Amino acid sequence: MEYEAVIGLETHCQLKTKSKMFCGCANEFGAEPNTNVCPVCLGLPGVLPVPNERALQLTALTGYLLNCEVPGFAKFDRKNYFYPDVCKDYQITQFDFPSTTTGHVDFEFGGGIERVRITRAHLEEDVGKNSHFDQHSGVDFNRAGVPLLEIVSEPDLGSADMAYEYLNALKDILIYGGISDCDMEKGMVRCDVNISVRPKGNEELGVKVEIKNMNTFSGVRRAINYEVPRQIETIECGGTLVQETRRWDDVAGITESMRTKEHAHDYRYFPEPDLMPLKPDNAWLAEVRSQMVELPLVRKQRFVNDYGITAQDADVFVGNVPLGGFFEQAVEGSDNPKAIANWVINNLQAHLTEAETSVGDLKFAPEAIRELVEIIDEGTISSKGAQEVFAELFEHGGSPKSIVDAKGLAQVSDSVELQKWCQDAIDANPGPVDDVRNGKENAINFLKGQVMKSSRGKANPQLVGETLVKLIKG
Amino acid sequence: MAENDFDIRYAANLARIALSPEEEAKFGIQLGDILGYVKKLEELDVDGIEPMAHAVPLANVLRVDEVRPSLPRETALANAPKQANGLFIVPKIVE
Repeated sequence: MEYEAVIGLETHCQLKTKSKMFCGCANEFGAEPNTNVCPVCLGLPGVLPVPNERALQLTALTGYLLNCEVPGFAKFDRKNYFYPDVCKDYQITQFDFPSTTTGHVDFEFGGGIERVRITRAHLEEDVGKNSHFDQHSGVDFNRAGVPLLEIVSEPDLGSADMAYEYLNALKDILIYGGISDCDMEKGMVRCDVNISVRPKGNEELGVKVEIKNMNTFSGVRRAINYEVPRQIETIECGGTLVQETRRWDDVAGITESMRTKEHAHDYRYFPEPDLMPLKPDNAWLAEVRSQMVELPLVRKQRFVNDYGITAQDADVFVGNVPLGGFFEQAVEGSDNPKAIANWVINNLQAHLTEAETSVGDLKFAPEAIRELVEIIDEGTISSKGAQEVFAELFEHGGSPKSIVDAKGLAQVSDSVELQKWCQDAIDANPGPVDDVRNGKENAINFLKGQVMKSSRGKANPQLVGETLVKLIKG
Repeated sequence: MAENDFDIRYAANLARIALSPEEEAKFGIQLGDILGYVKKLEELDVDGIEPMAHAVPLANVLRVDEVRPSLPRETALANAPKQANGLFIVPKIVE
């Protein structure tokens, strides 16, 4: 029998705020343990949390970026459990009235565009970090209270590779929108993966297994690639799958069952009495919407469709937004966007890297690249001359046309002068000339090279070729 | 008051409280009584009344995203039963 995997992801990402979710402690990675803590995030008695408005804005903004609805009413709830990473014995989260609901993410996969539906994206607080020693465990509460967005997808993913691409697309969107830095190394993104399998074509979902707390996307892909065959094998061998939480062992490359507790999790959610509900009004939401950015995929499609550049070049402008912005200015009114993309990606980018500078600090305007491409297309300068113009442009600024004049780089297209150079080359190289006569087309390049040399690169190479052929073959 | 279906063992387990059989019997009845008392609310007709998220009619009580000083670490750890290397030390967590 053929089986299919049904996969849903819960992706947690830390929001890019200065301070924590409910107190003024710094939202900062890598500080000395327990130095960014206060009575609120340590859960001391008698304190009152107050929500960070920026975190709420970023949550609503994420909602818009993920095509979600942003309801006019949301609230916080307490999720109760005992574990040393949560000092209050409850985590503040959003249970039945989250800040955003029902959206979707479109992303490139398998040569097409796939859509994964988003159930919700709700706001909660991160918890402390445990480290384990021989006899004891240690807790650092610096992370406790950092705003954390949980983005829940519908089970629309069919494979490990698809889940991997979805996660990357989601990450790109979050980075684009300034929602989160999504630095995996710093644990800013973590994932829970829900996996089940079912006979292909079946409507009914199979038994769901949850793999908790994955912190790399490649780990997610490997875990799914392990877990799906395991489940299919279990069924095929007549075994029974149980709904359980499993742990991914990255070193061994397997998932293993976590000890199941006697009682299923009962978090006893109830409304957080310390926090007032949220009723975002139109003005507040309009302010959030004004921070909207173009989604990476939309940008890519626009660059390909509007400018006729390759998908590969468009990817560069998606990955490097300032460079893409520069390209868009340069290309305005040009009839050769492809050439401009080439110059920007191949020459400008290389020079920027070498000089360790950025597009914002350039000495010339984007229009200069358009002018440069124009004078190349008109035949005013050779490609070698163009490189010289560009180097000068990058170094000292100015306009390509004035650089060409100042450096005398204009190509000579005057036929009298060209004929003289060509005749000299023919007279000096009888051997290659014979070769050309005998049909050895390559020999013409040698003669061309001689002319370029004697003209010090000023001769128009195309005209040189034509003139040589005319003179030799009559 | 009729005994309510209050599962005292389940509740005690969730709260991580060890109860003797005598305590289970005693508190089970007491908590059941409290539930029964609150159950009276079910008699009210609340059709068409929107649930409240909070008893105080306020919304959007927010703070600006600004960093404020945290506690000195010695103060933060002052009540820790055990500490080492700036960490709160707890019994080994086994999953």
